[in-house]
Amino acid sequence: MQKSLKKYFPVFVLPVLAAFAVSFIVPFVTGVYLSFTHFKTVDSSEWVGLANYIGIITEDETFLPSLALTLRFTIVSIVTVNVLAFALALLLTRKLKGTNFFRTVFFMPNLIGGIVLGHIWSLIINGVLGFFGVDITYDPNYGFWGLVFVMNWQMIGYMMIIYIAGLQNIPDHINEAAAIDGASPARKLFGITIPMVMPSVTICTFLTLTNSFKLFDQNLALNGKAADTSLLALDIYKTFYDHTGLRLAEWHGIGQAKAVIFFLLVAAIAFIQLRATGGREVEN
Amino acid sequence: MKTKRIFNNAATYLALILLAAAFLAPVFIVVMNSFKGNFYISDEPFTVPKGETFVGTENYVKGFTQSDFLQAFINSALITVLSVACIVLLTAMAAWYIVRVRNRFTRLLYYLFTFSMIVPFQMVMYTMTYLAFELELSSIPGIVFIYLGFGSGLSVFMFSGFIKSIPAELEEAAVIDGCDPIRAFFMIIFPILRPTAITVAILNAMWVWNDYLLPYLVLGSGKKRTLPVAVQMALTGGYGNKDMGALMAMLVLAIVPIIVFYLFCQKYIIKGVVAGAVKG
Repeated sequence: MQKSLKKYFPVFVLPVLAAFAVSFIVPFVTGVYLSFTHFKTVDSSEWVGLANYIGIITEDETFLPSLALTLRFTIVSIVTVNVLAFALALLLTRKLKGTNFFRTVFFMPNLIGGIVLGHIWSLIINGVLGFFGVDITYDPNYGFWGLVFVMNWQMIGYMMIIYIAGLQNIPDHINEAAAIDGASPARKLFGITIPMVMPSVTICTFLTLTNSFKLFDQNLALNGKAADTSLLALDIYKTFYDHTGLRLAEWHGIGQAKAVIFFLLVAAIAFIQLRATGGREVEN
Repeated sequence: MKTKRIFNNAATYLALILLAAAFLAPVFIVVMNSFKGNFYISDEPFTVPKGETFVGTENYVKGFTQSDFLQAFINSALITVLSVACIVLLTAMAAWYIVRVRNRFTRLLYYLFTFSMIVPFQMVMYTMTYLAFELELSSIPGIVFIYLGFGSGLSVFMFSGFIKSIPAELEEAAVIDGCDPIRAFFMIIFPILRPTAITVAILNAMWVWNDYLLPYLVLGSGKKRTLPVAVQMALTGGYGNKDMGALMAMLVLAIVPIIVFYLFCQKYIIKGVVAGAVKG
């Protein structure tokens, strides 16, 4: 097989490889290089060493606040999404009739795109705040909790499905034995159920982590105009596209350096995840 | 004991019904507002349209005619269908080659595809957009090519995982019988890959259909814009009064195809989306 297949490289691999090179390999390599330069456009770069990375701290005023906001948002999302998703999964694994209908409903928001989702919530949140004569840009906290709401609405159903699968894997006899021994429902929950679904907890925690950390569309749609509620991805976007004028080349450099740091953070999360799950998911 | 269980079940149902209502409320509110007059949407978004606030299908008519919504819809549909078809077929072929022809180069390719899954879009955003313009890819076939590249990481990864579990003897027997690799792939391998192909197709379809930033940067907000770009433009772009009524209608029209698709292949979608949990 190997021998006869080998000469078919142009048919089997070349189309994908060409597309992959254009959309990923070349942009990635130039991206890393350009983070060490000032550039107005990609073909007019000037080497500046680490100046952009220093500039993130000294010149730029938005990166560190936006990093702090992203971390806060990520932590709040992980806790709220997972607790609520787990609670829903518990309700839906009580062997009641009609759980399929509820599963369908809770999962549905996950399929709606971030832009549309953000605008739906923008209407609702601004509608509520309208009673008090303000809107979402009035206070950064409104924007923050708005994002948490959107994230929860979108992610709960997804995590719920993973938790349901985890809960259904717990053998019945363990709970039955505990009941015979007189364990209370709370004792069963903390002593049996939660330890048994720990693998699902790990998966869901990391999924919420990466999704919150990289959030962009919802952020743009819900509070793109508010300067102080940009998460990292939106902050990078704004660094590139919201600046004009003489220092454009410098801002492009800083934007690209931010993107590299953003990539390193996401890669670190992915690496920790791989270690935490023992590469189980990668194998299957 | 029995009454306690009935009581518990009733409480569970009540909780589930309230939660389901809360989950559906946002969509319901948008649908409700899509039948209201312009002025009443931002003023009283939570009231039911009636009497003077009710405008019938006027918003939908405006949504279709004013903003070239239909054009954006067709663009989105075309891009999604073509991208998904290319991704499923071509990455399956590439994955088969990479798994079956074992050498240093294919191993490197496999690692590169896997690596690309963890790189956030912002990392290549600016440079990719530049390259796309240099290569004149700002057209529908052009963006399909770019989607093939971006989708290849996850898709090659998922196909490879499955192909590794297929015994190679099957194909070898076919080749000994005089079958060339292209025929062997289409007659033997591709049919076996069906379950993974469905998962890959669903994951990519959801992503391409909902994607905003890539089509915005590559195709812009003019004639070639996609549905999410049209929605974003209508709601934030431009000066003067926004036509909230038409916007509500656009939001509804953007959601409906997804919901219909979801209700018809729910089983596959939930399975597929959860299988895609590997995507970092």
